[in-house]
Amino acid sequence: MSLTRREFIKNNAIAATAAVAGVTIPGVSAAADEEIRWDKAACRYCGTGCSVLIGVKEGRVVASQGDPDAPVNRGLNCIKGYFLPKILYGKDRLTKPLLRKADGKYAKNGKFEEVSWDEAFDEMAKHWKKAITRSLEENQGKGVDELTSRVGMFGSGQWTVWEGYAASKLMKAGLRSNHLDPNARHCMASAVGAFIRGFGIDEPMGCYDDLEHADSFVLWGANMAEMHPILWSRLTDTRLTKPGCEVHVLSTYEHRCFELADNAMVFTPQSDLAIANFIANYIIENRAYNQAFIDQHVSFNQATTDIGYGLRPDHPLEKAAKNPGKGKFNPISFEEYAKSVAEYTVDKASKMSGVSKEALLKLAKTYADPNRKVTSYWTMGMNQHTRGVWMNGLVYNIHLLTGKISEPGNSPFSLTGQPSACGTAREVGTFSHRLPADLVVANKAHRDFSEDRWQLPEGTLNGKVGYHAVLMHRMMKDSKLNTYWQLCNNNMQAAANMNEESFPGWRNPEVFVTVSDPYPTVSAQAADLILPTAMWIEKEGAYGNAERRTQFWRQQVAAPGEAKSDLWQIMEFSKRFKMEEVWPPELLEKAPQYRGKTLYELLYANGEVDKFPFTGEIKDDRGNNYANDESAHFGYYVQKGLFEEYRRFNSAPDIIKKGHEMAEFDAYHRARGLRWPVIDGKETLWRFREGYDPHVAKGEGVRFYGKPDGRAAIISAPFEPAAESPDKEYDLWLCTGRVLEHWHSGSMTQRVPELHRAVPDAVVFMHPDDAKRRRLRRGSAIKVVSRRGEIISTVETQGRNLPPEGLIFVPWFDASRLINKVTLDATDPLSKETDYKKCAVKVVKI
Amino acid sequence: MSNHRQPDSSGNSRRRFLIESVRSACAVGLVGVGIALYATPSQSLPALRLRPPGALPEEDFLGSCTRCGLCVRDCPYDILHLAGIGEEVAAGTPYFIAREAGCEMCTDIPCIPICPTGALNHELTDINKARMGLAVIVDQESCIAFLGLRCEVCFNICPLRGKAITIETAHNNRSGKHALFIPTVHSASCTGCGKCEEGCVTDIASIKVLPTDLAQGLLGEHYRIGWREKEAAGASLVSPDNEHRYSLPQGQRYDHNGAGLITTPQEESSPFAPDPLDTLNQGWKP
Repeated sequence: MSLTRREFIKNNAIAATAAVAGVTIPGVSAAADEEIRWDKAACRYCGTGCSVLIGVKEGRVVASQGDPDAPVNRGLNCIKGYFLPKILYGKDRLTKPLLRKADGKYAKNGKFEEVSWDEAFDEMAKHWKKAITRSLEENQGKGVDELTSRVGMFGSGQWTVWEGYAASKLMKAGLRSNHLDPNARHCMASAVGAFIRGFGIDEPMGCYDDLEHADSFVLWGANMAEMHPILWSRLTDTRLTKPGCEVHVLSTYEHRCFELADNAMVFTPQSDLAIANFIANYIIENRAYNQAFIDQHVSFNQATTDIGYGLRPDHPLEKAAKNPGKGKFNPISFEEYAKSVAEYTVDKASKMSGVSKEALLKLAKTYADPNRKVTSYWTMGMNQHTRGVWMNGLVYNIHLLTGKISEPGNSPFSLTGQPSACGTAREVGTFSHRLPADLVVANKAHRDFSEDRWQLPEGTLNGKVGYHAVLMHRMMKDSKLNTYWQLCNNNMQAAANMNEESFPGWRNPEVFVTVSDPYPTVSAQAADLILPTAMWIEKEGAYGNAERRTQFWRQQVAAPGEAKSDLWQIMEFSKRFKMEEVWPPELLEKAPQYRGKTLYELLYANGEVDKFPFTGEIKDDRGNNYANDESAHFGYYVQKGLFEEYRRFNSAPDIIKKGHEMAEFDAYHRARGLRWPVIDGKETLWRFREGYDPHVAKGEGVRFYGKPDGRAAIISAPFEPAAESPDKEYDLWLCTGRVLEHWHSGSMTQRVPELHRAVPDAVVFMHPDDAKRRRLRRGSAIKVVSRRGEIISTVETQGRNLPPEGLIFVPWFDASRLINKVTLDATDPLSKETDYKKCAVKVVKI
Repeated sequence: MSNHRQPDSSGNSRRRFLIESVRSACAVGLVGVGIALYATPSQSLPALRLRPPGALPEEDFLGSCTRCGLCVRDCPYDILHLAGIGEEVAAGTPYFIAREAGCEMCTDIPCIPICPTGALNHELTDINKARMGLAVIVDQESCIAFLGLRCEVCFNICPLRGKAITIETAHNNRSGKHALFIPTVHSASCTGCGKCEEGCVTDIASIKVLPTDLAQGLLGEHYRIGWREKEAAGASLVSPDNEHRYSLPQGQRYDHNGAGLITTPQEESSPFAPDPLDTLNQGWKP
């Protein structure tokens, strides 16, 4: 193609400027684009799951583009995706293991010094073995449901599928510890809880095509405009082009979605519980429910109430709760259900929420109208909630009452925050209570099945639920968890109540903390050992997005220095353990073939994971070659072996829980993702509905087959107050969250100069009258203070977030302004997910 | 394979030429400093050099500014530079470069009261009324928002966000199912502070603050924008039409001012017209 004059001048002007400034810009140099090797990859950031094309030349990523053939994003990116290549090339990439040392040996308060991988793993294994020996002693004579452990791992919804699977196997099958939890606990555990309670199977029934098929959208605590930018672009397009399309936005403060709202509702924190119950009540009072649907497909239940706030047991709030942590729900009749929501009249809901009756009625009528297709979206506003499981369930209740579910445009849709919270954290079971493919540790049949898949003797898997993310920090502080390995996230910046729990836990001399990361994050600074990590496309990977789409990519470039992928680290570390060191003699007696073997041989060189040969390089169908550092190191196609073994949990003929079927490994390298269940090579768009979902037999219409009775559970749950509300001294609500430009804790995006320049600091969004009352104005330096800690920041009274009086919003990406010193570690007692959206603070001038 | 970049050899030589040119231009600049200063003491301001808030029109400003440098000294964010000898800006006068750092728009505008001569107009007390220039999206081909990407950095960074820059949404014809989020500058509110140009994420800013006279067009003097005139008048300027009536097949309506032809959905499918007379009178024959 010929070059336009304009392009010619522009290219040369850029090159000239760069040459004068003494820098070279990859890709714009004289060499032609033709030498660039292009291949696809899933975007590194959010749960949307955009596909990008990566351009590599001479071992370096020199170009990128939105993938024009990807159905999710059709060539588009958000501003973070635009800068994806730059996240690999921050100047301060970690390239060598670093251990805290004094006088030549490890010291808890020593200084970080470069060490070899051997020394790093030796030191780490020493601490792990010490902890395991103690656990073995403590577990003598105990039943498999009572086993404790002193070793733990904190993983990630940003891990690749096989990294999560390998980690789960190491911790649960190898070390018999259920103290494995992902950062997804902070992100969508409440969504999972509600899926399992309501439907008996995890993840949304709908897909992104709902974005084009709905007549009305309702946002229940999701700032899609910034957090799911490309999905928001699709939603906006439907609103613009579809006659009669309406957007309802609920939030505790005004954010960018309000720009599109036909019905904008700012509600008092926690009163969403009352609003959802009001809508159910409205539907029942106006007989707008779908009688045939509820007769055939729904059961009615009542949740146990007064369940506490997931704080330490000696906290006054826990002592005061009647049923702390109780998740049991009991069947009730439709009439009893109707009675349970009858108190939530429009007057009451309006009074509790501060939303006008008119707006509430408009919302209720939207759900009640049999001729409107309604899709509800939510993310952290609903999940990070001390009643998050309930709240998720209350929205399902509305969709189930009206039968508006599991068909194009009628969809309750839990959006996911992370790129593989679904694919990795949830599907391969990296939670403290889970096993792969929706199985759980507490269920004997599930353990038996998993032991069969993993070639383990009966009674190997620990039946006691492990420490969840928040509990891990408490247990580290209490010296009950003595080793902690964090990979692929930044929990020291993420976990709430850093001052009282996380930091004392990590720096406890009886605890050895390892952090695997590409960059020196806050977590790395608080660690004892830092392992340099290969990130994203420096390894072969797979992510699963929010619409059940599993996407693969090949290794595109090598990691810098001695950095190694988390997969390599996990597998290599397992070589350090002899079976006799980690299993008690009575268990080894049941499987004498493992005597003298290492954990690596048990878990990975087991005839399954290592059965696909590696020929030296990976080829695509265009004749390009790709490296695969893990396979080269271990001598077999590691990723394929792990994935195919994992498929024996979800796709083998004898699986005990259907509905998660996946295609064979190679199929994913030839597609821009496939939405599971994949059956006979076909994807599933809407689950539980005949015609779309092959698991629903002909003539059944709809079947919620995750439940033994095929019925989805409507679970009534009342309003209960937040864990901490503003009072006279701490007189403001604090809500935390993200911004479009930065991903999570900013460890990658803050290293992209353009993104840093666009949003350099976390500012405190505040109502102008709240500012005036405190003699503050825009730009004033302030302290945000809670009962737990404080940060220094500046006031912002305008811009993208406009809180109502009485509430402030602070983003959490900024490592220099750690808002998690201020936040409260109260959780939903059912999901154990922290409520990052509600605690009480004051703002003072400095 | 198609390649939109310049072929290797000619690109190189062209580039080398440009670099050489820049270098020699710099050399000439140095040699000619003294002469230039003498010859053109009030040369026009380069387009990307902006004056502080309240600056008089350039010619008046150059006449009034005593080159004292007090405004530069009092700028709390060190945004303002004092032009040195040999710069393109008249020596000793204050300016800023938006791409490097835009005006922070202090509410008390400290650079103005300190000005001893009124070259910075003391009547400007509301910084939002400053007009240092006008932001223009100079390159819609490079602005990633026009490509459909979700950027909006200029909008979010704008101190008068929602007034000086708004986002206009439109259907993305290429992707078919996404929207475009197009930043739009409104001259009535833009102060020319330059924060948008500073924050723009493209390698060369796609939005730039230009002197207002360079940035703005002018609509034909005769022409009025119809819908705005109507809105301002609160009613049509010419009386509305009598009611329109149309011959239409059954089941269809026509909305004169709105949707046009409206085909109402077919009633529950039945082969019979609702009015029995229609059936009876259709001239049936066996």
